[in-house]
Amino acid sequence: MSDENETHETSAAEGAYWRDNIRLLVSLMAIWFACSFGAGILFRDFLDQFMLGGYPLGFWFAQQGSIYIFIALIVFYVVRMKKLERKYDLDD
Amino acid sequence: MDTQTLIYIFVGLSFALYIGIAIWSRAGSTKEFYVAGGGVNPVVNGMATAADWMSAASFISMAGLIAFLGYDASVYLMGWTGGYVLLALLLAPYLRKFGQFTVPDFIGTRYYSKTARVVAVICLIFISFTYIAGQMRGVGIVFSRFLDVPIFWGVIIGMGIVFVYAVLGGMKGITYTQVAQYCVLIFAYMVPAFFLSFMITGNPIPQIGLGSQVNDGSGLYVLQKLNLVLSDLGFGQYTDGSKSMIDVFCITLALMVGTAGLPHVIVRFFTVPKASDARKSAGWALVFIALLYTTAPAVGAFARLNFIDTVNETSYSEAPGWFKNWERNDLIAFQDKNGDGVMQVRSGDAFEGAPEFAAEAGPSGERVVTNTPVADSENEVYVDRDIMVLANPEIGNLPGWVIALVAAGGLAAALSTAAGLLLVISSSVSHDLLKSTFKPNISEKGELLAARVAATAAIVVAGYLGIYPPGWVAQVVAFAFGLAAASLFPAIFMGIFSKRMNKEGAIAGMVTGLAFTFGYIFYFKLANPAANVAENWLFGVSPEGIGVVGMLLNFIVAIAVSKMTASPPVEIRKLVDSIRVPRGAGEAHAH
Repeated sequence: MSDENETHETSAAEGAYWRDNIRLLVSLMAIWFACSFGAGILFRDFLDQFMLGGYPLGFWFAQQGSIYIFIALIVFYVVRMKKLERKYDLDD
Repeated sequence: MDTQTLIYIFVGLSFALYIGIAIWSRAGSTKEFYVAGGGVNPVVNGMATAADWMSAASFISMAGLIAFLGYDASVYLMGWTGGYVLLALLLAPYLRKFGQFTVPDFIGTRYYSKTARVVAVICLIFISFTYIAGQMRGVGIVFSRFLDVPIFWGVIIGMGIVFVYAVLGGMKGITYTQVAQYCVLIFAYMVPAFFLSFMITGNPIPQIGLGSQVNDGSGLYVLQKLNLVLSDLGFGQYTDGSKSMIDVFCITLALMVGTAGLPHVIVRFFTVPKASDARKSAGWALVFIALLYTTAPAVGAFARLNFIDTVNETSYSEAPGWFKNWERNDLIAFQDKNGDGVMQVRSGDAFEGAPEFAAEAGPSGERVVTNTPVADSENEVYVDRDIMVLANPEIGNLPGWVIALVAAGGLAAALSTAAGLLLVISSSVSHDLLKSTFKPNISEKGELLAARVAATAAIVVAGYLGIYPPGWVAQVVAFAFGLAAASLFPAIFMGIFSKRMNKEGAIAGMVTGLAFTFGYIFYFKLANPAANVAENWLFGVSPEGIGVVGMLLNFIVAIAVSKMTASPPVEIRKLVDSIRVPRGAGEAHAH
């Protein structure tokens, strides 16, 4: 949706930073979708034939696993963005 | 010391703590009142966000819902946590970089339009009042059951406490009280969970306990045993759901997006010093929330096992004390349909509707229920799902101080959320309606006074809703999330990620999403509840999940309209460029 070819000036660093950010966002959102909507809902019946301790695997993703993965996603994003911001000298 | 005295002591001490913090952290300027001065540490803000977010519904109702819905309740667990990923990745850092006081501030400025700002204020007020009515009911339940005061006085006391720290302290007072409230509520939630998990499985960590074997020598896992017990009694399997996949999908997505669009949550990220702190803070918030949210499924499953164990096939005369306590509060009922004096727990409703009690006692001493029995169900026990967490320590025979702790925790959860909601209502009135729209030359002092008056008025309305809860309260919680998902989230998201989105598109999108979602929920929940069955739903999506369709409509209409109308002015595109990079937070937004 973002149209970067607009006429007014953004610095090259800002443009590159934003493109890297979008790329990172797309992959993290894909994992976000896969663990909750994928493993916890759409493919739950298939995953439920495997057990994680006493948990059927699909049920575990829906009530435990996706929440842990959500935390991991945010932590990863925080760390990577800090790195990106240092790289382009845009950190606050 | 008896349990009742302990409850008074615990609740009294926690209230004294909140008041003390309020006096210590009085707000002196509008910036302190709206965003706590903008200097809150991200970990502290994360903790405050967690308390702000975890309401009476999370603390009191959620484990009960899980206990009775099994897999179907996953929509709440994923929905109410997955929203924080959206917040941290898509909204929070950019809104912090923008750096104003309220959500309508962002929408009004980004879409260079007072109309957009007022539409956002309307969405915000509607969402927040819907939500706050539920909190007040939570306060009422806890007070009437644990403190033996009538609901009327319970709500008045609760409102008084919130009045002191929200009106005096504003966001600053609320932030630090919420930190205290988080500590109280998480401790109160975890302690009985440890006990129960240890008693049932021998492992005190509830997240592991739920995946372990029951220590009754049967060698069965907890979930296996629960499935067995439930199917013996005619219930569906605990680990299977009864909702359709499309509905589970849509409700989860609506709750996630709705969470990310809730104004009282978003505004918390305006209080940290830097844009990168907003990301960190959302992560901490989710860590603090996850502690309760990953424990709740265990609490729900243990409660269901314990409940069936102690109630089913027990004669009423030998029923445990907690059963009779909650029966006295109208939240449990026993209708002896086969006249044997023994309580049968089976699937299906025992009788039609909520229990209506007659004055006299029945043959076994139970309160007689006058409702029409449901003939094709052998179930004789009615139980309000909201009591599971509150009754859990008693069901599990835990010591009195644990029960007292849970009472204080339930109040902390309800009060912290109520205060956060009151603040966004009052700041949208004093800041967005008065200062930015209708009375731009109001002084700083005048604005602060207006914020306090608006907070007071909002408390009075919320108190009224708590004392005389309109029948529709429970029915319309779906409104809050559905409307936030369909109206505010798309407008904020496109405001950041699209430079082409203009005021015409954003306003048309918000109005479409709001009208569609409101209309759909209104029709099925209030106008024609009899028609609220899967066959009549659009694409099989229930009113709880319809916010997703509203959100898609919002996006489609907004993009279509913006393509047909003029691009936003160049300074708006510069504003978007500036909020996209973290450098220079605080002095950004030149407008």
